[in-house]
Amino acid sequence: MIGNFLDQFWSLTFGGLSLGFIYILIALGYTMVYGVLRMINFANSEVFMIATFATIIIVRDVYKFTQTSEYATGFRLWLILGTALLASMLVAGVLSVLIEIVAYRRLRRMNSGILAPLISAIGVSMVLAESVRIMSDSRPVASPRAMEKSFIGKFFDADIRLDNTIIIIAAIILLILLLAFVNKTRLGKAIRAVSMNGNAAKLMGINIDGVVSITFLVGGLMTGAAGFFYVLKYENTSFSIGFELGIAAFTAAILGGIGNIKGAFYGGLALGLLETYASFFLGTQWKAVTVFVVLVLILYTKPNGLFGEAMTQTRA
Amino acid sequence: MINLRDKGAEIWERANRPQRVLMAISFIAMAAALPFLGGTFLNTPIADYQSVLVYPIAMFVLMAIGLNIVIGKSGLLDLGYVAFFAIGAYTMGLLGTRTSLNTWEILPIGIAMAMFSGIILGVPALKLRGDYLAIITLGFGEIIRIVALNLEVLGRSGGIIGIPTPPPIFGIEYAFDSHRIYYWTLLIIILFAIWMVRRLSVRRAGRAWESIRQDEDAAELMGVPTFKYKVWAFVLGASVGGAAGVFYASKTLFIAPDNFTLQISILILACVVFGGMGNIWGVIAGAVILGYLPDRIRFLSDARLLVFGLVLVIMMNLRPDGLLPRKKREKALPNKEKP
Repeated sequence: MIGNFLDQFWSLTFGGLSLGFIYILIALGYTMVYGVLRMINFANSEVFMIATFATIIIVRDVYKFTQTSEYATGFRLWLILGTALLASMLVAGVLSVLIEIVAYRRLRRMNSGILAPLISAIGVSMVLAESVRIMSDSRPVASPRAMEKSFIGKFFDADIRLDNTIIIIAAIILLILLLAFVNKTRLGKAIRAVSMNGNAAKLMGINIDGVVSITFLVGGLMTGAAGFFYVLKYENTSFSIGFELGIAAFTAAILGGIGNIKGAFYGGLALGLLETYASFFLGTQWKAVTVFVVLVLILYTKPNGLFGEAMTQTRA
Repeated sequence: MINLRDKGAEIWERANRPQRVLMAISFIAMAAALPFLGGTFLNTPIADYQSVLVYPIAMFVLMAIGLNIVIGKSGLLDLGYVAFFAIGAYTMGLLGTRTSLNTWEILPIGIAMAMFSGIILGVPALKLRGDYLAIITLGFGEIIRIVALNLEVLGRSGGIIGIPTPPPIFGIEYAFDSHRIYYWTLLIIILFAIWMVRRLSVRRAGRAWESIRQDEDAAELMGVPTFKYKVWAFVLGASVGGAAGVFYASKTLFIAPDNFTLQISILILACVVFGGMGNIWGVIAGAVILGYLPDRIRFLSDARLLVFGLVLVIMMNLRPDGLLPRKKREKALPNKEKP
């Protein structure tokens, strides 16, 4: 067992890393909203699910790929990947903003605590998941393969797959852009101000509604990118995918310490690797259990998550 | 906004004892007569109306009352309530098929198992606050389901079949298709749960929960042993869930991990919030409506869950405190900064 593990260590690690980056991007959708509103953005999982469908629609219906088409190469390949990524990000971003307006805005203004918005967000995610289920006939949808999944090199014994490499590099670029946006721009400063103290930020003349919309937009963009990467890696999707990945990503956000970007980063990576290693040793059916047991152990020793700031009291 | 709950409380408080007894009896009689109203507008088009009354409606009411102790009374967000339901059901399934114990003997065992797991989960988890508690309970619910899915002794995805029905009690037979009998039994269990919650709410425990929900730090400083009462709330909630589980397994004769998904936890949570957290009548109303609605609108067939989601969104936006909110004076101040 251990010998096998060492043989496969690097290929497992690469798979785990690319999965980890997908988790990071979805976790950002939860963590950014949580940072600003102190609310769980329950519908984020369905934003991810819609983004996976957006990617497939671009590849299948706009570029007319079928299961038997030849792989795209060169410039055309990058064009396809680029448009699919942008489209799924945009769809997810806009959807996320709409969700805020429908499910949160009115309740936020009424200052109704955190449970009412949680239920209305659950309602929105049911509506989204069910509409997609009806449109897709409750069946999983396979994505036509536009790109050859070639091996582009070796690292020790492991083959490095092109799709995993693209995911890791593109996700890192997105994260750098996000950090630059949050730390260097005026809007980013406003987001940080609202997440530190909403009332004080309001008194300083910051437009809270605007900041909340931007936060949902940015969180949605990141989640949308995750949708694209997911299809690139696994080449299929279904209406229930949001639920499965959403819980994992939410766990990742908590694991790292919800509410801050660094936490989502380490939490996502840790979860991606942990899941991959755990499914190797215990079989895939036990991976969710392992993840939750680790989560409980970590929260028990570090109640704010691995990298959580000491957020004083979050109330239910 | 009109507060029906306060209106109701006003009428109740003005009434004298015989009037109150009369009101309670007529209310119970109305609830008990529900199985005979199958032919009227209440009828559910596709599912058998009387079986809908048992599950989901009565079962949801019972579980919502249990969850309300945890969320509504003491303000602890539990997203894995289905775990206790599952533990009760699997206790019934295992003991019912492998030993000669009958449902009534297993009921206390199932409740004890659920309470015990409530302690196991609660003691570490309740040290954490708010959202972390939410995710840990959610994880616990999933763990129970996955364990049931993967352990040979629990039947894996096939579940447990051939669970015995309850033996006759006081000469009443529990045939598996006489839904009325099950409904009336559940009604008695529900009345007992309501009685328990109402007695507890006006006593020391209820006041402690109330103070924890409104401001845990202040409660702790005033000398309320908050941790102890939080575990109590959690364990009591679990016991109701466990009882529901035992009875559910004995009614359906067959359980599988698919009956215990996160969706159930979320639906029960929705019942509590939709009806009006903390107020037991609101919670019951919420559970009746949310249990009944999906079956009533089955003519929409495929789109019914979609409509259900829409109803949730619209309702929460119009009445964020739920259909029948708790009394005004029991509401927590939304923000510490506000006077």
